[in-house]
Amino acid sequence: MQASMEVGLMQRQWVEYTKSLFMEGFLDSQFIELQKLQDEGNPDFIVEVVSLFFEDSERLLNDLTRALEEPDVDFQKVDGHVHQLKGSSSSIGAQRVKNVCITLRSFCEEQNIEGCLRYLQQLKQETCLVKNKFENLFRMEQQIVAAGGSIPTKELLF
Amino acid sequence: MSTASSSSVRKPSESVPLQFPAGLRVLVVDDDPTCLMILEKMLRICRYEVTKCSRAEDALSVLRRYKNGFDIVLSDVHMPDMDGFKLLECIGLEMDLPVIMMSVDDGKNVVMKGVTHGACDYLIKPVRIEALKNIWQHVVRKRKNEWKDLEQSGVEDVDRQQKANEEADYSSSANEGSWRNSKRRKEDIDDAEERDDSSTLKKPRVVWSVELHQQFVGAVNQLGIEKAVPKKILELMNVPGLTRENVASHLQKYRLYLRRVSGMTLQQSNLNNTFMSAQEAFGSTLNGLDLQTLAAAGQLQPQSLATLQAAGFGRSTAKSGMPMPLVDQRNHFFSFENPKLRFSDGQQPHLNGSKPMNLLHGIPTTMEPKQLANLQQHSAQSHGNMTMQASAQGGQTSSQLMQTPQPQARSQILNECTATSVTRLPPTIQQSILPNGTAGSVLARNEFTTNSRGGGYNLISPASTMSNFPMNQTAELPGNSFPLQSTPGVSSIVPKGRFPDEVNSISDIKGSEGFVPSYDMFRDLHPQKPDWDLQHVGVTFDASQGSLDIPTAAFGHQGYASSQQNGHNRHTSTVGKAMFLLEEGSDNGNAQSMGQQLNPLFDDGSVRVKMERASETSSQTDLFSEHFGQEEDLMSALLKQQQGSIATAESELEWFHHNTPV
Repeated sequence: MQASMEVGLMQRQWVEYTKSLFMEGFLDSQFIELQKLQDEGNPDFIVEVVSLFFEDSERLLNDLTRALEEPDVDFQKVDGHVHQLKGSSSSIGAQRVKNVCITLRSFCEEQNIEGCLRYLQQLKQETCLVKNKFENLFRMEQQIVAAGGSIPTKELLF
Repeated sequence: MSTASSSSVRKPSESVPLQFPAGLRVLVVDDDPTCLMILEKMLRICRYEVTKCSRAEDALSVLRRYKNGFDIVLSDVHMPDMDGFKLLECIGLEMDLPVIMMSVDDGKNVVMKGVTHGACDYLIKPVRIEALKNIWQHVVRKRKNEWKDLEQSGVEDVDRQQKANEEADYSSSANEGSWRNSKRRKEDIDDAEERDDSSTLKKPRVVWSVELHQQFVGAVNQLGIEKAVPKKILELMNVPGLTRENVASHLQKYRLYLRRVSGMTLQQSNLNNTFMSAQEAFGSTLNGLDLQTLAAAGQLQPQSLATLQAAGFGRSTAKSGMPMPLVDQRNHFFSFENPKLRFSDGQQPHLNGSKPMNLLHGIPTTMEPKQLANLQQHSAQSHGNMTMQASAQGGQTSSQLMQTPQPQARSQILNECTATSVTRLPPTIQQSILPNGTAGSVLARNEFTTNSRGGGYNLISPASTMSNFPMNQTAELPGNSFPLQSTPGVSSIVPKGRFPDEVNSISDIKGSEGFVPSYDMFRDLHPQKPDWDLQHVGVTFDASQGSLDIPTAAFGHQGYASSQQNGHNRHTSTVGKAMFLLEEGSDNGNAQSMGQQLNPLFDDGSVRVKMERASETSSQTDLFSEHFGQEEDLMSALLKQQQGSIATAESELEWFHHNTPV
């Protein structure tokens, strides 16, 4: 009883938390698409994909930083990195990160170094933020599963 | 084609055969690991057989290796090693598979580019699973159109008959609703082989050697492509023992090739001329491809360069930037296995603008991305067409093609193709020359290395030149930058029946890479997974440098299976089988052996995936034979060439053979 009540509580908390992430714009519908891909046979799919994203984004952000530090900035290269980050962030539903990428790309097009640097900074922040959000989410999921419950993903389909 | 009973895809874990479109064999290429993972998952949920690659070069080598092993390709537009559109064009030329482009970019221009380059669809990322559920329609549509083309090609009755056979196969597949009709399943292998034999017109197999093909092209050119009918061609060729049917079927393939190639708007500028002359200069000794690569490399060592030039390259190696893409074109037609130039970064922009050909056909992209990019860009610039460069470089075979009075574009394309292959060579050659693989030229990296990996396939360099480049012999190629993720093998040469076990040289060549990564996939697949999605297989392509030398023929794709019928072909079929096995997670021994074979292959770098039949590949020289039963002679010859000559023409022919149903 106790356990199931806890599980129920945790599940509700998970749902609320996830919904808030949507409302705050951290996540978009693509994340729900990802949920559909996860199943019993592949219960860690989302965790894996998201982890992969953060690994990759870290690398991309480093590349971006370096590229923008160069005396003669190659905006095409910078744009390439941002483009990739835009693609990967959109594929996991990290909406805010994707939006910053869009803005950053327009600065690249204008070859506006300052704008790029400013938005690179913002990109790093957003990436960090959403990473924390995901970590929280996954932790909650682990707790639910550890307590014998399942992740109520269906409730996300609002 | 597989019979109805074998048409369905069977997964070991399932007792009920999958119905079309389940089992659709998809190759997905995306440099973004996150997207790749998600796409793979989605495609698997759609019950497709998925192979993933994170590099365009790897994708090309896989495609070349496993000819007829895939039904459709999904590719990202922006990739570091090669522009997605280039890949698109290359695939269109070489394998003629439907390609769907993907990008987070939804700008009208980009989408339009997809259209002009021949993509059959364009998906905006993030891709939803719903969008993937219907991609099978492109495969069906394309097949229907192809058959229609064939019918209208005006080939003679014999050809028609052949087509009818093939068509029957196709339609049977369609009817059966299974994509796997032509696949050789473990259980179907024998059947398939038998079927293939019977489906083709039981004609004696003719090996279209380089010389023979040159004669053929000469005859066609003389008659004029429009007027070239098998009977007259046969008369002109005056080859004893050659039948009109042989010529007819070869002509059919040739026409298809030309048709595809002519779609490319090559910039004919001077390149054409030069190319033509270069090609002519080469004559048969040089593999247009090889030369091109060499030329492309631009960076060939002075000696090599000189040699090449002496060989008739004419084309300045200055084309360092040569975009190998052209090679692919050529390869496409003629067993590009060889030097598929790898274009690492943004492969050269299509000079023509029409189809960026990924020259990286077949050749395991060993080229370092940068270098490739340089090459490509360079060549692109210099030639305006990628093909041109390639062709200029070498292509004897291409020259032949080029000489066709027909649309210049065609020849150019051919040239380009060859060029690409040639360009590839240089890099490899370079490498070979420089044991350290530091060969300045990028080329060395490219194809050549790949070639060497594979056992020097197609390193088309003319015999004379080749000697200069140790590359031919696989040994040299140091693992230098083998960008090829997949298997360090000879992607371009693919058919080479080098089996890792046997091909020691391959391992030498490959040197470094050792594919292990890709190979591992097979291993993994092999063992226990009941569900062998090719995914595993495909994925690792990144890891390994070599390319899987899975006999292209192996995949006995619809109608194309015929080529695999021979014992030699067995390899290919086995390979194909292996692929399928992997995909299907078949637990049969084949898979096992395959895995094992694959392993060695990978390790060797020569990607010959010798599936069960590995035993057939007795030696490196057999590389080709293994793959292409038909091509045995060619293969052996090629192998020898590798030893000391260029086998571009042969590789072309190989490709040709492989790609066209017998």
